[in-house]
Amino acid sequence: MKPLHRIFLLLTALLASYQVVQGIDGLERMAIACYTIAFGMLIVASLLMMILGFEVLDSPLVVISSTLIPASLALGLVSEYLDVILIPYGIFIVAGMLVILITRLAGPQKLAVIVLAVVHGVAGLAIFALPIILALRGDTKGGFAWVGIGGGLIGIGGLLLSFLKGGRPILPRETILTVLPSLLLLSTAAFVAGFAYL
Amino acid sequence: MPNLQTSISNLKSKYWPLTKPLQTGLLLATGLAGYMSARCPVFNMGTVLSVAGSLFLAISGSTTVNMWYDRDIDARMNRTCWRPLPTRKITPREALILGLALSALGVGWALAMDWLYGLIVFAGLYFDVAIYTIWLKRRSAWSIVCGGISGGMPVLAGRALGVGYIDWVGATLALAILLWIPTHILTFAMKYHADYQKANIPTFPSHYGFRATRLTIAISSVLAAIAMAAAAYGIGMAWGYLRLIGVLSVGMLSLAIAISVRPSERVNFGLFKYASLFMLSAMLMIVLDVL
Repeated sequence: MKPLHRIFLLLTALLASYQVVQGIDGLERMAIACYTIAFGMLIVASLLMMILGFEVLDSPLVVISSTLIPASLALGLVSEYLDVILIPYGIFIVAGMLVILITRLAGPQKLAVIVLAVVHGVAGLAIFALPIILALRGDTKGGFAWVGIGGGLIGIGGLLLSFLKGGRPILPRETILTVLPSLLLLSTAAFVAGFAYL
Repeated sequence: MPNLQTSISNLKSKYWPLTKPLQTGLLLATGLAGYMSARCPVFNMGTVLSVAGSLFLAISGSTTVNMWYDRDIDARMNRTCWRPLPTRKITPREALILGLALSALGVGWALAMDWLYGLIVFAGLYFDVAIYTIWLKRRSAWSIVCGGISGGMPVLAGRALGVGYIDWVGATLALAILLWIPTHILTFAMKYHADYQKANIPTFPSHYGFRATRLTIAISSVLAAIAMAAAAYGIGMAWGYLRLIGVLSVGMLSLAIAISVRPSERVNFGLFKYASLFMLSAMLMIVLDVL
C-alpha cells in the first residue's frame, strides 16, 4: 500500500470520527444508532486497512461490512424522512443481511451474488436518491444533496468490492484497490458536508 | 557551529535512545490526559508544563535505569543489541548516573508540586525498576503485571493531581493501561520469542504456549477497552466521544476474535498497533472533550 493511500484512509477515519462525535448529535435515537454503525464501520475499516494493508479485504467478513455501511446509512435516512416505510424497510435490510451471511457461508455462489446486488442496490439507491430528492423539493437545505453524492460514490466502491469478493470483478483487482481509498475519502467527505446542512 | 551540531547529534544518538522516546511519549500523554480529565483549569500552562516535565524526567529516568540493569540481556537479543549500552556508545556508569539523576529530578519535582502526585510518580518508578526489572523480569512470566501497574501510574498521578485524591475514575484509567500493557509486551514476546529464549527471560509464550498467549492478549485487549469506556463515562465525557470509544472498542474486539480464531503473526501485530492507536485516541479524546 502506498503512503498516499494510508493518508487517505487516515483522513477518512478522522472525518468519520468527527461525524460520530459531533455530526449526528441531536438526531432521533434510531438515526443516531444507524449512523454510528455506518460511520463506525468506515472508521474501523479504514484503520484496519491502514494497519494491515489491502490483504484485510481477503477476509470473508468484508462483504458483510461493505454492505452494512450503505444499509445502515439508508436505514438512518429512512427513519428520519420516510418513517412510513421504516418497518418494512428495516425488515428488508435485516433479512437481507442475514441472507447475505448465509449465502456467503453456505449458499450457491450465483444466489449469493444476486442477493448481494439486490440489498446493496436498494440501500445504495436510497442513500443516493433520497437526499437529492429531499433537497430538490426543499424539504431540507440544498447542501443535504451532498449526502446523495456520497451515497453514489460509496455505492460504486461497495459494488466494486462486493463483486470482486463475489468472484465476478467488474474491474481488475489492482484498479479497484488503487481507487478504493480515494473513493472512501471522497464519499465520507461528501457525507460530512451533507449532514452539516441538517 | 559544526561543534555544536556534532554535540547535539552525539547527544541524540547516545542518550536519547536510552529514554525509549515513543513509550515515554505515550505514558506522558496518559499522565497529561489523566490530569486534564479532572477538568481542572487546563489552561494553567505552568501546571501543565510541570506535569509534563516531571513525568518526562521520572519516566525517562526509570527507563534509563532499566536499560542500565538489563544491558547484559540487551546485548544477547537481536532486537536490542543496537542500544547505546550494548554497543558501548556510553559506559554503564554514565547510564546509571543519568538514570538516577533524571529519576531524582522527576520525583523531586513531582513531590514539590503535590505530595500525593509525587508519591504516585515514585510508586510507578519503584514498581518499574525495583519490582519489575530487578526482581521479577528474570524470574517470572507474570512480571508483566508489575510492568502494567507501573505503566498505569502516570495516568493515576495526573488524575490525582487534578482532583486532589485517588478516585475510582483514576483507578479505572490505570486499570485500562494495566490491561493494555500485556497486548504490548506479549506481542513483542511472541514476535521476538527466539530472542527472549536466547536471553533466558521467562515469557508467556515460553511458559504457556502461543495459543494461551494469544488468548491472553485478546482478553486483556477487550478488558482494556471496557475499562477505558467505563472511565470515559465516569469522567462525564460527551456522548459523541463515548460513541466513538464504543466504535473503536468494537474494532479491537474484532481483532481479538480474529487472533483467537485464525491466529497469524500479521493480525497479531495488527492488534498490537490498533491497541496502541486505541489508547492514544482515547487519551486524545479525554483532552479534546475538556478543551
